[in-house]
Amino acid sequence: MAEVSCRKVVKEYDGGVQAVKGIDLDIADHEFVVLVGPSGCGKSTTLRMIAGLEEITGGEIWIGGDVVNDVPPRDRDIAMVFQNYALYPHMSVFDNMAFGLKLRKFPKDEIKRRVDEAARILDIGVLLDRKPRALSGGQRQRVAMGRAIVRNPKVFLFDEPLSNLDAKLRVQMRTEIKKVHQTVKTTTVYVTHDQIEAMTLADRVVVMNHGIIEQVGSPAEVYHRPTSRFVAGFIGSPAMNFLPCRIDEAAGGGLSVRINDAIKIAIPAERTARYLPFKGKEMVFGIRPEHLTQRKDEGRPGFEPVDLLVDVVEPMGMETMVHFFVDGAPICARLDPATNAEPEKMLGLTADMNQMHIMEKDTGKVVY
Amino acid sequence: MSATTLDAHASAKKRKTSLHNQRLWALWGSYAALAVFVVIFLVPPFYTVITSLKSSAEISAQTGSPWMVNHPTLENFWYLITYPNFQTYYLNSAMITAVTVAVSMTISIMAAFSLSRMGFWGSQTLSTGVFLTYLVPPSLLFIPLFQIVGMLGLINNLWCLALLYPTLAVPFCTWIMIGYFSSIPKELDEAALIDGASYIQILLKIFIPVAMPGIIAATIFAFTVAWGAFLYPLAYLYTSNQMVLTVGIISDLIRGDVFQWGKIMAACLLASLPPIVIYACLMDYYVAGLTAGATKG
Repeated sequence: MAEVSCRKVVKEYDGGVQAVKGIDLDIADHEFVVLVGPSGCGKSTTLRMIAGLEEITGGEIWIGGDVVNDVPPRDRDIAMVFQNYALYPHMSVFDNMAFGLKLRKFPKDEIKRRVDEAARILDIGVLLDRKPRALSGGQRQRVAMGRAIVRNPKVFLFDEPLSNLDAKLRVQMRTEIKKVHQTVKTTTVYVTHDQIEAMTLADRVVVMNHGIIEQVGSPAEVYHRPTSRFVAGFIGSPAMNFLPCRIDEAAGGGLSVRINDAIKIAIPAERTARYLPFKGKEMVFGIRPEHLTQRKDEGRPGFEPVDLLVDVVEPMGMETMVHFFVDGAPICARLDPATNAEPEKMLGLTADMNQMHIMEKDTGKVVY
Repeated sequence: MSATTLDAHASAKKRKTSLHNQRLWALWGSYAALAVFVVIFLVPPFYTVITSLKSSAEISAQTGSPWMVNHPTLENFWYLITYPNFQTYYLNSAMITAVTVAVSMTISIMAAFSLSRMGFWGSQTLSTGVFLTYLVPPSLLFIPLFQIVGMLGLINNLWCLALLYPTLAVPFCTWIMIGYFSSIPKELDEAALIDGASYIQILLKIFIPVAMPGIIAATIFAFTVAWGAFLYPLAYLYTSNQMVLTVGIISDLIRGDVFQWGKIMAACLLASLPPIVIYACLMDYYVAGLTAGATKG
């Protein structure tokens, strides 16, 4: 097992397109790090560079204290799980898992011991004689993980391993992956575009966009203290609501967020100092759907009333999503299923301003 | 039931009937076209079988239908089987075909793997170039090739064919294999690379087993080329001990203007046996191999 480091890593393709623009990242031994971001953000390229499947245009990649820029994949002591499983179709499950060990000339009894152990961890012991075509999607993904585990590598790399599975199986396999990591504790780099996967699996989440790292932090950090509008909007489902605003002086002193003539929401007193330098400036106001609740807690500090016209109501069983439009911008509130919200009617909401975010309009930087 | 519902029901029924009729016509059309092709393609072999079972006297007789056998005999087959020259031709054809298939497939598989997977500079252009060489007709090449074969001192030497046939088989076999290899997901070789395989191990342990239908298709093609080639052996071989079946049959069984039709037909049938057996056994692989890559990325 080992730590992984990227130092100013750049990947430039023919024609000058930069997929990765000089990223720095340190992954500790035993850590489970998830690279997350939209399509084309450079997360898979970064993973493939760590694997040695893509050449590095600039910078250095370190695995276990060694620079591996020019080390071929087979000598990096890594194992990778692919989105489409990449099982060898002509080999049995046992042979798929044993392939890497056979190439490395492990003794037969050691190969058998390791495969049996991995099969036990993944509960695929009864499948060892089957060919991949006789397995379901979830079983194939388990075998792919087994192939990685038997090698006992320094680092596990996962490239969107759950994307080909249906929603139910994805949740199940997510738990399996987490359980496997808790058991074997191998340093893991996991790529996904699914922020729920990122949040549930990661020790630390790396949010990427346009070839750069926007933020690195624990799932709670990136969720509650996003550093940019991109991270704030990308992490969380439904996404954070954004509204253009101006920081104004409130009637009784202090500051308020002015959305338009009708909507002015007071900023909690303890945040006044933070936003004072931006008084009078055009900013962006951000609040998560769960911080807009149906009118309650009035009078509690930081809980401010807002009245909005309901557009669409989406009951989801355990919660109800209610959608509004404010000056053409969509707003979503996650309400109790007992809500009486009805389309085309005004609804009294409470905004938990203790959880609000203010971002600079031009840079998208969140003000702390 | 309201009038509107009835109308809708009637219109749906009419549409269904019309579709049924269209399908019926399409089926009849297909069967008619197939019947024409079956007749065109099966009449010559049928006539070959009929003639091979006739004696020379019956073939030259002016009476009776030429499509019937009145006194079937196996004398033509027996003559050929016991005729030493025919045995030599058969053996020569078998040897040259085996060598051609082995050489062509070794070159094609390695070329296709490097062209489809190793992604070196110019590999795309080379792939197209390989296919373009297949488009050059052999009749254009046999004069310059005559000079090369002459320079190597291989005129009237059976083994010159082992040198020449791969020039016909390799381009198309490589093309088939490129198509097949390209249909194998890239992640498979990446997984093998990470598992610790070298490129040659990836080829031997992953690609060849996975691409077996494509390899069989290409092998059948190489076999057909080597077994059935006529122009090169006709141009470069002239003694009986060096000849292969295709030219041996006509040079031995046609003497001046005397055509020994019964023996010629029997020889054709005997010569067709290996391809027929191979096609019959491996037809499914052949079709799968030729169509691979057409529908998959």
